[in-house]
Amino acid sequence: MSATHDDRVPGYDAAPANARAETRSGLLVYTIGLFLAVILTATSFWAANTSLLWPPGVPLGLAVLAIAQMGVHLVFFLHITTGSDNTNNVLALAFGMLIVTLVVAGSLWIMANLNANMMPSPELLNLHMQH
Amino acid sequence: MTTLATTGDAFVATRDTAADSHGAAAASQRTAATPQFYVLDEHPHPAGYSTPLGFWLYIMSDCLLFSVLFATYGVLGGNYAAGPSPRDLFDLPLVAVNTTMLLLSSITYGFAMLAMQDNRAGRVQMWLAVTAFFGLCFIGIELYEFADFIRQGATPQRSAFLSAFFTLVGCHGLHVTVGLLWLVVMMAQVAARGFRDTVQRRLFCFSLFWHTLDIIWVGIFTVVYLVGIVS
Repeated sequence: MSATHDDRVPGYDAAPANARAETRSGLLVYTIGLFLAVILTATSFWAANTSLLWPPGVPLGLAVLAIAQMGVHLVFFLHITTGSDNTNNVLALAFGMLIVTLVVAGSLWIMANLNANMMPSPELLNLHMQH
Repeated sequence: MTTLATTGDAFVATRDTAADSHGAAAASQRTAATPQFYVLDEHPHPAGYSTPLGFWLYIMSDCLLFSVLFATYGVLGGNYAAGPSPRDLFDLPLVAVNTTMLLLSSITYGFAMLAMQDNRAGRVQMWLAVTAFFGLCFIGIELYEFADFIRQGATPQRSAFLSAFFTLVGCHGLHVTVGLLWLVVMMAQVAARGFRDTVQRRLFCFSLFWHTLDIIWVGIFTVVYLVGIVS
């Protein structure tokens, strides 16, 4: 590593001439993101409190809303896009999400399976011994 | 990456033997008669060139940490041990206020990054202070909530549900606390050094960290609080 001071962060070497215009479009991006995030959050809290919806479907709907909001945060706040200079970030994100899905879904699946195959409850055992 | 460490003669000789099978493309390269070399040594990158990618990899590993805690909560979250259930404990309006605080701190940090692009140090400091204020509000409300639970006897050792709850939410709160310390350090660095490249890079890394904490909070308020209330 050389000790030069001409290091630049990718994405932050904007020329000063068009910095103003970029700031304005950046402001728009953050405002759109905030707007979408507020709508999605409010919908989530409303869905958890209302009795208008079909109760068994509510957790699934909440999960969909949460994933949508995570996507909004990624695009509008973290600026993860499919641009060519972003390939490594997107690949790392995709791999991370794969592992996260495996860990969470795999744990829930295996533990639910273990629970289902546990020793029968005492009532069932007593029933068995009566015969 | 293919590396060739061969002298010109040997290189052309191997090309000649391979020319039959490679057809026109190899033949046209042979007529150029200039052997093509590949660089063996890594060429130098400017300092900090790969820092954003490296920090992004750290963020992904942090997501893995949280995924394990989420999985633990998902498995143990229903084991109340005859203790309090989410319905008895959680106060949704308080969670909504907390969510708002973290979302606002996320957006105000975005404004700080925009002010940094404009090179306006005073405005950056103002937005960083606002971000820190909302972050402090978040931590304060969360600590109040925890204290309230513990006062009701819902301590981490009460049930598996509460152990998993305090580990998951507490780990997120710890991240936010460390983030606040980092934020104060960045305010001092901007004040002392201005927007030199290293400071800009650290501010950029902090934006990744701070926005990701907000994403993880989305998962927490959905999985822990909302689904806990519903089911």
